[in-house]
Amino acid sequence: MKIIKDLCQIAKKDLLEFTRDRLRLVTFFIMPMFMMIMVGFIFPSQNTLKNVPIGIANQDNGSISQQLISTVSGLKLGDSSSTAFSVTSYDDNEAIKNAIKGQKINGGLIIPSGFTSDIAAGKQVTVTIVEDQSNPQISQMVDQILNNVVSGFGQQIGLQKTNQILTITNSVPGSPFSKLSPQAIIAPVQAKIEGIVPGNPNYFEFVAPGIMAMIVMTAVLTGLAASISREKEQGTLDGILISPINRLAIILGKALSQSIRGLIQGAIVLFLAFLLFGVTIHGNILLVILILLLGIFSFVGLGILVSAIATEQETATQLLFMFQFPMLFLSGVFFPIALMPHFMQDISKIIPLTYAISALRQVMVLGAGLGSVTTDLLILLIFGAITLAISVPVFKRVITK
Amino acid sequence: MENIIEVKNLTKKFRDFVAVDNISFSIKKGEIFGFLGPNGAGKSTTIRMLTTLLRPTSGVAKLAGYDVEREQDKVREHIGLVAEKIILYPHLTARENLQFFGQLFHLSKGEIDQRAQKWLDQLHMTEWLNHRVETFSTGMKQRINIVRALLTEPDILFLDEPTLGLDPQTTNLIHEFIRELNSQGITILLTTHDMLEAEKLCQRVAIIDHGKIAACDTVENLKKVVSEKANPTLEDVFLKITGTEIRDTARKAAPQAGGRHFGPRPQRRIR
Repeated sequence: MKIIKDLCQIAKKDLLEFTRDRLRLVTFFIMPMFMMIMVGFIFPSQNTLKNVPIGIANQDNGSISQQLISTVSGLKLGDSSSTAFSVTSYDDNEAIKNAIKGQKINGGLIIPSGFTSDIAAGKQVTVTIVEDQSNPQISQMVDQILNNVVSGFGQQIGLQKTNQILTITNSVPGSPFSKLSPQAIIAPVQAKIEGIVPGNPNYFEFVAPGIMAMIVMTAVLTGLAASISREKEQGTLDGILISPINRLAIILGKALSQSIRGLIQGAIVLFLAFLLFGVTIHGNILLVILILLLGIFSFVGLGILVSAIATEQETATQLLFMFQFPMLFLSGVFFPIALMPHFMQDISKIIPLTYAISALRQVMVLGAGLGSVTTDLLILLIFGAITLAISVPVFKRVITK
Repeated sequence: MENIIEVKNLTKKFRDFVAVDNISFSIKKGEIFGFLGPNGAGKSTTIRMLTTLLRPTSGVAKLAGYDVEREQDKVREHIGLVAEKIILYPHLTARENLQFFGQLFHLSKGEIDQRAQKWLDQLHMTEWLNHRVETFSTGMKQRINIVRALLTEPDILFLDEPTLGLDPQTTNLIHEFIRELNSQGITILLTTHDMLEAEKLCQRVAIIDHGKIAACDTVENLKKVVSEKANPTLEDVFLKITGTEIRDTARKAAPQAGGRHFGPRPQRRIR
């Protein structure tokens, strides 16, 4: 068909022009890399907790407190080779609090005097975890890990004691506790966590599909609008418009070249996620591409509309930037939508990016098939069809006024 | 001789601003027709309507027998346009530009190369064919731009200030080239502010002012308007007809392809 040939011509020209601009080419590759590396390293997960400085104030002089300290300082998480904490000794509670205030440490542990002797005497003891409230993300993890370590350590002691009790009671013939295991006394109910796919949940797996969708879609949206308004501004659009090709071919050709660029950036994100942060795609890669394509489709109309109403390239970019920033947060790229206030959740429901990201997460993280994401895909399709149906006639009218 | 361009009561309004006001004129086949007028008079708007880039508010224009509104694609096949802005992509080479624009008219690669060759030779641009347009001087860009407009072998060539900002050598080369094209039967509509250029090239000129045609005749006949001078120039004619007042218009007569200016509403021109 003629229109296909024409739109390919336009796309080819756009891409050729793009590859000739060295600066644009460099930023094109570097942007997704920056985005990925920044997010990957800035947002911590428990597995990535390494050498976090904490303080321990040991006011006890017995052996059990020494055991607790060596457990804490020797702790390693995941398959990390370095320890989770780097421990410094402090004299007392005050010293730890001052160190946190001075941001020398991100948390502290206070072992009271008489710790060893009280345990030996069969009393319950309390250790204090001091948290750094200036850094909620780190302190939440530090608290949780320290809490786990302490209670695990406590359980070990409890286990020993229960064993001793059972040995004594079971030595009496006909003891009703003969079949009891010490574990059943200390923790009669245990919770086992089972995921849908192997591996622990990690923030990076949550955020990678979001970043990918966001980069691909905003690249297409801004790229399309900027490309049309640039040609308008420099006058070359007139050269295309005086040729007898279908106006639709012009728009679609531009959309095609932008989509190719967007998908390449998406591939870079995916590749880095895989290479640097160990993200694996549990679902079908073809389905991932399909979601991205439909996501692009849902944005093309909007891009055309913006370029139709904006006379200059700068206006178009600015107009889009205004929408992009809120969209970044509302579509749940970085934070789960479920945690947002209700009115924001309602807004996020009218942003197509939300559905693309949700579908991508289902497929990439949970390994969902086409059947589970049909609704999301349909919404993207309908959104794209409606915006295109509005924007194409508007574009046609506006370019010849 | 038959009329290749026929314009009747053509009007273009941008909201309440009348850029082109009910103009009628015709251009004969094989003519070099001059289109003169002060800044903002409506020249470019008229050309944009004739080249199907702008929709007329009312009136009819026919090019080579085809209606600019109803038979756009037919019109497009018969025209070439050298607009105010150079229609070339700076990052692409001259050849890539010509190939791209030629293919939009569904010409084959070979056809484009073959058609371009003779024009390129005449304009001394052959050796620059594989260089990027961004490295060219304005004169070189304009020469490639003209070749681009000729790829369709048009019957009518629109030239909107083709020698603006060019050195005398290139200007002269382009003037001769225009004559050469004309001798091959191409009708030319030339817009210019250069009265000498118009006098040198055009058989007939139209002087447009405030969106209306103030005069339209051969250069010889127009000169008769100026009775107070013995040997009047076209410039004398122009100033007599349009006055000596500087034109300050609140907005450009025609915005570039489409778009909407978010700003104060266009004001009526200040006189």
